[in-house]
Parts: sequence; structure tokens; C-alpha cells
Amino acid sequence: MCTTHSQLDADYDNYREQLISAGLLVPSGVAGVYGLSGTFEGIIESFESLVTRHGNKLNPEVVRFPPIFNRQTYLATDHIETMPDLLGSVHSFEGSTLEHLDMVHKLKDGEDWTSGLSPTEVMMVPAACYPLYPTAKDTVLPEQGRLVDLRTFVFRHEPSPDPARMQIFRQREFVKLGTPQQALEHRNFWLEKGQEILKSVGLNVIAEVANDPFFGRGGKVMAASQQEQELKFELVIAVASEEKLTAISSSNCHLDHFGSEFNITTQDGNHAHTACIGFGLERIALALLKTHGLDPDNWPQEVREELKL
Amino acid sequence: MSKELIREILAKHGRLSASIETLNDNSDLYEAGLTSLATVGLMLALEEGFDLEFPDSLLSRKTFSSIEAIEDAIDEIQN
Repeated sequence: MCTTHSQLDADYDNYREQLISAGLLVPSGVAGVYGLSGTFEGIIESFESLVTRHGNKLNPEVVRFPPIFNRQTYLATDHIETMPDLLGSVHSFEGSTLEHLDMVHKLKDGEDWTSGLSPTEVMMVPAACYPLYPTAKDTVLPEQGRLVDLRTFVFRHEPSPDPARMQIFRQREFVKLGTPQQALEHRNFWLEKGQEILKSVGLNVIAEVANDPFFGRGGKVMAASQQEQELKFELVIAVASEEKLTAISSSNCHLDHFGSEFNITTQDGNHAHTACIGFGLERIALALLKTHGLDPDNWPQEVREELKL
Repeated sequence: MSKELIREILAKHGRLSASIETLNDNSDLYEAGLTSLATVGLMLALEEGFDLEFPDSLLSRKTFSSIEAIEDAIDEIQN
């Protein structure tokens, strides 16, 4: 079905305003940046607990990174080459008293004061698994590989009226580092498990081959390549729009991209392959609120029981 | 003529792990170490070298899979 932009924007505005009116989202004056109510946060906590119950059966290592990470690590990935329009660089002031005064005067005079800032040693995390790989740099993985449970806020500079496209949101991930076969098995296992978990709470997702939003014309080649190799799958469902579905989870094969970048090897001496499943926690809460209504007290009993609400 | 220019551009922008001299026109460039990111640089350099623009329909993995495939795509655009 062909959806016009104005219709899509109307759908976004409509659902966003419903969420704000219900007190679930608290607007901040910036598109895609919201405060979340206790009810909203409670949904996320309940869903995460459900994911933890499933994930713990696999006995993963658990690590929680903050939403900023080493600038050098960031630069060792190719994110700046593939998605420069989404990156977030943290800057601060490191100048003298005179330069400070100059900056404040520029600010008060409505001039560009940000030229007085310098890049700090950190960048915003663009995906939950990025901070993990450097911690495994120059290591040889155990025979069974490593399975790591991660969750962090990630930043993507893409201001949007779509309430499901937040600039900063949480990803819960399970990452496998291992042989090509172990990574592929992980991806395939979680593609099924992800659907099982989401369907158990009434979210009838569809699995689709997908691609990352690579930048520019060159990005189209990368996107086509990613699609042809079926490296990325998304689980999609109607959130703000019935016609343009929203991805609430994705499963990705990175091949040996990070393994070679960070010299992570398997027992046979080859570069490790990596794969991950990510659950977009805010989007899952938004999908639940869309599917079952804005008041979790009135959600179907079986959904409430599964989420232990 | 165009194959020579393709080889020249490929050697400079393809970041291949294999030496360009060892590749024949049908060799799989991805097996020779062409990454998807290097493909972007290769595409832009081919556009500049041949003074053309790849249409969206040709922005696929297959287009850049071998020297012959690149030549076919360039022929298609030029004709």
C-alpha cells in the first residue's frame, strides 16, 4: 500500500499526542527525546525481566556499559564511514579564562559559541555491542565462544515526529563471539526466540530481511550487499502506522568485521565471527501500548501474566 | 581499454588483499578482499574515472563482483 508522507506524519502526530496526553511520554522540546512515565518504565522493566528469564537459560556473561565510550574505540569501527549522520560526539570546554569569557560573550551575542569546545575522549554509543569488542581485543575465544548479555542507551541523531524513532533509547542485546557456525547458529536461534518472546506478549511480529541506514549513495551499495547476504533481519509490527511497520528487534550477522578489527580469534587461529540480537526496549513498550491499549491495567490477562505485571 | 582503467581504479581504491595482477577478469573481487565499504570508494572512483553515475538499479553487490561485471555495468550505462 502506498502511504503518503502527510498521512504518515498524521499517524505519527496522532500516536505521539495520545502518548503525551496519557502521560506516558513527557516531551522535552526536541523531536525524539522524551521523559518516560513510571508506567512506561514499568513495561520496559517487565519485558526485560521476561527476556532475562529466557536468556539466563543460556548462562550468558552479563555486562552493562554506559552510553558513552572511548573515542578511539569508536574510530576503530567504521561507523563514521558508514553512518556519519547518526553519530554523537561529546564535546566540552577545555580553554583558558579568556577563552571562556569569549565563549560566553559569543553565546550572549547570539554567535556560534560551540567553536570554543573541544572533542572529549568519548563518543555516544551507537549500538549496544560496540563497547564490548575492544574488551576482547587480541584474545583467543574459548572453544564454545562467548555469549554476552548487554543493555545500554544508544544514541542516533535522527530527530523525527515518529514517537518510535527516539534519538536515545535502550537496546537489550545478546552477542555471540565465536566461529562462523556459532555466530550463525546464535543469529538463527535468536531470530526464532525473539519471535517466540514477542508473540508470547501478543506482538504478532513479522520477520523481514533488512539493512542498516547506511549514509548517502554509497550506502545504497552497502545496503544492497547486506540485503543480498541476508545479514540483517528485523521483527516488525504496526506501532504508530499500520502501513509503515516498525522494527522492534533485529538480528545481525557481522561476519568477521569486528573479529578482524579487534583481532579476536577462535581456537583455529581465524578471526572470530560475531552476531547479535537486539531488542529495542522503548519501541517494544510502544508496540505493547499500541496493540493492547494505553492502560496496562486493561491489557489481556495472559499478557499481564507473561509480563508479571 | 576500459578494463585497463577498471584495473587501475581497482588497484588504487579496492583495498584488495590479493594483488591486482593475479586477478583475471572473472575473478570474484569479494573473495579477493573487496569489502562493502571499499565498494563505495570503488564506485565513486569509477564514476569519476568514467564520468558517469551508477543508477540505483545497479547499486548492488553483483555489479562490483568482478572486473567483467563492472565493465558490463559501465557499458550498460554508457549505451
